[in-house]
Amino acid sequence: MRRPQRIGDVFLVGVPLLFLAYFFAYPLGAILTKSLVANGRLDLAPFGDVFSRGTLRGAIWFTVWQATASMLLTMLVALPAAYVFARYRFRGKSLMRAAITVPFVLPTVVVGTAFLALLGPTGVVDLSGTVWLILIAHVFFNFAVVVRTVGGFWGNLDPRLEEAARMLGASRWRAFRTVTLPLLRPALAAAGSIVFLFTFTSFGVILILGGLRFSTIEVEIYRQTITYLQLPIAAALAVIQLIGVTSVLFAYSSSQRRQAIELSLRPSEEVARVPRGLSDRLVMSSVLAFTGLFLGTPLALLVGRSLRTGSGFGLDAYRSLATRTSALFVPPIEAIRNSLLIAVGATLLAVTVGMMAAVIVAHRTGLFSRAFDVLLMLPLGTSAVTIGFGFLVALGKPIDLRTSPVLLPIAHALVAIPFVVRTAVPVMRSVRQDLRDAAAMLGATPARVWRRIDLPMISRAGLIGAGFAFAVSLGEFGATSFLARPASPTLPIAIFRLLGRPGTFNEALALATILMVLTALSMFAIERFRFGEVGEF
Amino acid sequence: MRITSGARRCGGLILVLALTLTACSQDTSEPANTQTPEQITMLTHDAFAVSDGILQDFTNETGIEVQVLKSDDAGTMLNQAILTKDNPIADVVYGIDNTFLSRALSEGIFEPYTSSSLSAVPESLRAGDLATPIDYGDVCINYDKAAFDSGTPAPKTLQDLTDPVYNDMLVVEDPATSSPGLAFLLATIAKFGETGDYTWQEYWRDLVANGVKVDAGWTEAYYSDFSAASEGTRSLVVSYASSPPAEVYYSEVPLDEPPTAVITDGCFRQVEYAGILTGTDHAEAAGKLIDFMLSPEFQEDMPLNMFVFPARSDVTLPSVFAEFATVPDHPETMDPALIEQHREEWIQQWTEIVRS
Amino acid sequence: MLEVRDLAVSFEGAPFMHDVSLTVPDGTVVAVLGPSGSGKSTLLRAIAGLEPPDAGSISWNGEPLNGVAPHARGFGLMFQDYALFPHMTVGANVAFGVEGRPGADRRVAEVLEWVGLAGYEHRSVGRLSGGEQQRVALARSLAPEPRVLMLDEPVGSLDRTLRERIVPELRELFVRLQITAVYVTHDQEEAFTVADQMVILRDGTIVQTGTPEQVWSSPANAWAARFLGFSNIIGVEVAAGVATAPWGTFQAGELGDGHHQIVVREGAIKPRGPLEGTIVQRAFRGGRYLTAIEMGDGSTLEAELEDAPAVGAALTFRIDPGGVVGLPDGPA
Repeated sequence: MRRPQRIGDVFLVGVPLLFLAYFFAYPLGAILTKSLVANGRLDLAPFGDVFSRGTLRGAIWFTVWQATASMLLTMLVALPAAYVFARYRFRGKSLMRAAITVPFVLPTVVVGTAFLALLGPTGVVDLSGTVWLILIAHVFFNFAVVVRTVGGFWGNLDPRLEEAARMLGASRWRAFRTVTLPLLRPALAAAGSIVFLFTFTSFGVILILGGLRFSTIEVEIYRQTITYLQLPIAAALAVIQLIGVTSVLFAYSSSQRRQAIELSLRPSEEVARVPRGLSDRLVMSSVLAFTGLFLGTPLALLVGRSLRTGSGFGLDAYRSLATRTSALFVPPIEAIRNSLLIAVGATLLAVTVGMMAAVIVAHRTGLFSRAFDVLLMLPLGTSAVTIGFGFLVALGKPIDLRTSPVLLPIAHALVAIPFVVRTAVPVMRSVRQDLRDAAAMLGATPARVWRRIDLPMISRAGLIGAGFAFAVSLGEFGATSFLARPASPTLPIAIFRLLGRPGTFNEALALATILMVLTALSMFAIERFRFGEVGEF
Repeated sequence: MRITSGARRCGGLILVLALTLTACSQDTSEPANTQTPEQITMLTHDAFAVSDGILQDFTNETGIEVQVLKSDDAGTMLNQAILTKDNPIADVVYGIDNTFLSRALSEGIFEPYTSSSLSAVPESLRAGDLATPIDYGDVCINYDKAAFDSGTPAPKTLQDLTDPVYNDMLVVEDPATSSPGLAFLLATIAKFGETGDYTWQEYWRDLVANGVKVDAGWTEAYYSDFSAASEGTRSLVVSYASSPPAEVYYSEVPLDEPPTAVITDGCFRQVEYAGILTGTDHAEAAGKLIDFMLSPEFQEDMPLNMFVFPARSDVTLPSVFAEFATVPDHPETMDPALIEQHREEWIQQWTEIVRS
Repeated sequence: MLEVRDLAVSFEGAPFMHDVSLTVPDGTVVAVLGPSGSGKSTLLRAIAGLEPPDAGSISWNGEPLNGVAPHARGFGLMFQDYALFPHMTVGANVAFGVEGRPGADRRVAEVLEWVGLAGYEHRSVGRLSGGEQQRVALARSLAPEPRVLMLDEPVGSLDRTLRERIVPELRELFVRLQITAVYVTHDQEEAFTVADQMVILRDGTIVQTGTPEQVWSSPANAWAARFLGFSNIIGVEVAAGVATAPWGTFQAGELGDGHHQIVVREGAIKPRGPLEGTIVQRAFRGGRYLTAIEMGDGSTLEAELEDAPAVGAALTFRIDPGGVVGLPDGPA
């Protein structure tokens, strides 16, 4: 891309940097300092404590290996679906792609109950107490990451490469292994890093489904802080977690660079074809059926339970949402309104900051750009407890934002920005120079080129990012729950509260269903704006 | 929506500051109905709930508006109060219970205050002049009546739970992540002690041998495992003495009696306190709020909203509580300082026993 | 009239194109022919203003264009992979260069009809076939009536049948509309079909200029001859109008005495004569045979014969002196 002026660059880097510095780095630093610095001196004893305690060492080890196992398992289970989405064209494809993304943004508090019902003591198969329950839940939540990232990239690979290999005598498997798989590597690395990141910092799944035996760093941070009030140890654990997360993010950022290699990339509309023949149809329908069952059953269970009344099925739970339950201080319907308002605010913030950052990440190479990229992603890998409490410690002066309603959209924006960046960067990278040249040759001034060529394509990226940011904000539970909030709850908080009291279980599930529907709508809206060009997500 | 805009808050604060500055030099207290609405903030946990209009009544009486800040749970709330000690985010904190009280006191987050209504609160609940008791609840073993009959009577004591007759029936919560779970653990420690022939550790080993299940929190235990409230198979659960009345209250079909009952042996009393946070600019208004929380109006409103018992002994309970709630005569209690001292060590020991 | 004088352009930092001069009179088509890497696209981009020249000048009707931005030159450029705007319809693409002008819609309909895509305005470009995309790209560059239309391998990505049909159509369109064009290609046949003037480019510099007929009848050197498709390039000794090759002698027409590199056209080899060889390859081309004849010394001559014996048979033939062209001395 032609280098914009220096001033533009400074602005594009400056705004996101300032935002992250004040609302992420500063609170993070403040809480860690408060916990680890006594009388002006850094106290490293808590680190020693962490490594000398069996339970904590075990938690660190378990965190690493369950994240690795979850990542591998998710790849294995989701790869066939990625293939189907990449290569086949079928009715309802957009709808399905939107639907499989819904689990990703749902809070674990919603899904945990369903999973327990399905795979717990009274379920189809009793996996309670085993690590498999955790791993399967992780696959459930991260399925869409692999399908969209790997499938998206796969859908742009020229299938003729594989066909050429087969014409040269390679079996299907060998052609896949020696031609396709190496070409897919950048996308696999990207998807793997993200799944690893999310499962590394997994909290709700471990807590609700893991039972007593399993504990991760994130869970221990929670325990040390909330139950034992041991902030130094929690801080030490948070630092260890950050180090792990940062390394993964650097690896992810490298894989992104390599993806920029020019391959035989074709628009996905060309590559995808209608299934021909029996084996094609068999593969496609069995994979889609499995996907539907695997992802749909827990959700269907929740919806079904929400429709249960004392005398069969009905909308009673939904109706009572409109009446005031003092448990929540406001009618649950207002929780929907709050969540929507906050989501709009978070989306505006995230898109503004995220698009600016995306320009830098997309078009600048070098160590600074990579470090910037890592910094943008860090909030995803930071403990929610740490961020929540960091806000309290840091944001009291000069303006007291600690209990301000504006803190919620900010906190949500922090975790939504990475999604905006990740969806916008490939699109920005794909605005080809020759399109700009063609426009110039047709008489367009540089301003008009930007307005008619860059801007529409970037706007699409922005809209897609906005859709994700919106859905992420709707489902955000972690950081939100550690802030001190004015009485009006968000949807996930409301669901959590209703679940924690007698007599409001069905209402909780009704709200959860509404959350699911809103999220699905958001995901589906995104589908309308894609146009099959090269890109992830 | 009850969110007050930041601007209004700022404006109100400035006004109040100005007023308090002028009032400082005077000895008279503010008249009850001032023209300017004072605003105070109460920090509390997620389970806080009051009926419509109760807080409005307070405002009408005193001219003070209350903004409620909610945190996840008591532990989170305490952390938030401690972290912001120097620059408190609220004026009153409500919901610190006896398991956390000692820590709150040692961190010095409270200002002394003695409510005028304190005399109506039994001595056993009081805790000095820094924290005012507002309500209490008893954590007890609940059992599903339908699972027991004359052939297999329901257990009556904690010790009964180790009887093979009740094998695989009990579900408890993890004390590291659940408040009732911690309460139950403390009850067993209080009952069986740390020394002697049969310690609490041995009790728990027996429970483990008898197939006790551990869930992360009350929701999973009650709504996924407890047979009276789910398709679960466990008929004994650690819950609250107020759970049976709740079952009647929320039942879709009218009930003559609760489907569940409690074992009064081994209940642990959780007392919740309110206190004025040090550094507040609204100490007097905060005091008024605490007084209000001990008023009959507020105390009588609590049971059906938060499913707790009022601290005052002279208020009437709602009928569903009066009829169906069992209040244990001698619940287990423990000195908050002791809890603070040993909590971590006890939980860790417990974890080791149960994990094996 | 477009004039390029002594143009020098760098490529990826290193000097590459040098001493390039050409003139494109109004209403004519100049074909720039050269192998990959010869600098054809670089030349186009320099004329378009997308690449700044190191030296030399580009002018239109005497007005110098150095330093004038691409969008202000009034030139059109049709890109090799079309560069259609994916987020716009066919109509919007074609209208891009004339947006806002009165009568734009009519103009769009008009050019779409010229390229045979009438009524395509609302189609999405993503779903078009290769041939359709090419025509949209052409229509788009024609719509603003550019002073010069430059085409970069416009039919390169199409299959042969389509190419062979479209190139004459293009020529006909250019002539009918009196378009001034610079047409870049690596295919000699395309260049011959489309051009009024030809420029052969090699390694960034011009090897030969002339009309197609001129270039055809007198290639500038052996390399050009080979590039133009001539295969029989032989070194001979000429004395008194008779050329002596390693395998025999024949009349050499107007060549002077001495050593010469000559081209013997495939069509100059006629059956029945004093020369002898063996058929080693024979390919039927509908009405004629392309044959390779192995001579006594092992070298091969390629011939186009109406009637050729089978592979392995002997052939006697003569060489028509009219089909013998002497190559000027130059790098081979």
